Amino acid sequence: MAGMSESTSTQMGMHTEPLTGRDIKTKFTLENEGGFAYHFARDVDFNRRAEIDCAELEPTEINRQIRDLMDSGHGSIVIRNPGAKHSLVVGILNRMNIIVEGSLGYFGCGLLDGPTVRISGRVGWSFGENMMAGVCVVEENAGSTFGAALRGGDLVCKGSVGSRTGIDQKGGTILIGGDTGAFSGFMMQRGRIVVCGNAGKNLGDSMYDGTIYVGGDIRDLGVDAVQAELTDLDRAWLTRKLNMYELLPTQGVGHFTKIVAGKQLWSYDNLEPTEKKLVL
Amino acid sequence: MPGSGYKGAQIDDVDHFLKGGGIDTEREQDIGQHIGYRYDVNLLPDYDRLTPFLKDYLEFMGWDDLNWLEDVHMGYDDGQAAVFDRNINGWVAIPEEMELPDNQQDRDMIAREMLIKFQMSPDHPLVDLYKAYRKF
Repeated sequence: MAGMSESTSTQMGMHTEPLTGRDIKTKFTLENEGGFAYHFARDVDFNRRAEIDCAELEPTEINRQIRDLMDSGHGSIVIRNPGAKHSLVVGILNRMNIIVEGSLGYFGCGLLDGPTVRISGRVGWSFGENMMAGVCVVEENAGSTFGAALRGGDLVCKGSVGSRTGIDQKGGTILIGGDTGAFSGFMMQRGRIVVCGNAGKNLGDSMYDGTIYVGGDIRDLGVDAVQAELTDLDRAWLTRKLNMYELLPTQGVGHFTKIVAGKQLWSYDNLEPTEKKLVL
Repeated sequence: MPGSGYKGAQIDDVDHFLKGGGIDTEREQDIGQHIGYRYDVNLLPDYDRLTPFLKDYLEFMGWDDLNWLEDVHMGYDDGQAAVFDRNINGWVAIPEEMELPDNQQDRDMIAREMLIKFQMSPDHPLVDLYKAYRKF
């Protein structure tokens, strides 16, 4: 209770317990120092390569074969004839190289934590959903909700993507070589979206935090998304990141527009009705 | 320190959240305690400040940059330096005896290094969770 006796809420008798201290707290010690991979990760060698022909296989069997190859130490796997099947290359918590020769359907490369995946074709809805870490590069176009709820890592589409790109994004970086559709960055909470082309309407609608960079035109901004100044740190980061995936425009990044949260929605419940109307 | 904003306000002292109670905003004054995430989640990393351990980690993973660690920063929880571990949804406190650098960029690099060492440890809670709940 110390420290709370002065607070308005306590004076009003609204609560008597502190909000802090409810989360898990752990102290780091050198005794729990680990290596570079999860303790349960498979020991794979990038130089050991294998192939899976998916033409006659169901998605469950393809994913099982990927895990079997990882168990036997293969660090590079080529997926042939994926046939735009859904839910392929999911739930891999390992460093890996995966090359997909063709296109993926819905929910491809979801729940990844570590691998590097390259797709030569297109991908369907919700590609890279909930990815924690790693790199995914799509050479052609992607469907809607590209990188939904992304937590970390780099998600790259060299073509254009559909609507609601990076919806509910909580970290990581989404890079788009072409255009992005409406409501991109919707309810984004953290991370970065970089669009080299144009952005559709309601960009960054209800974003809580994070940053969106757009190289082309923006149809319009969503609620509480505002333009910010592009800093030297932004320019250096954009140049390095876009260079990594051969997406750096010939004229550089000086023309990019930076969008951030206006932060008017952060204390929305505290606003008076007339103030809420002003925010919306 | 550029980029060390907090809730939209510029914080000039890198030790601001270690020295004070962190009750800065009107809302925090109302409830009598700070609201978490005491660091700028949008601060981009300065790659000139990578530690040798982080360079080795990136080489091991086969990445060209910090990847998911770009979103890891040193935070300040209950007046103590800490790093948030998303895998346990909790703060990992930095030992009090550790001397902290005088700028947020170097502190962030230390936080990234310590988080990797903690997450990859056999003592990490995720090891038990993985055994109990793994799907495949």
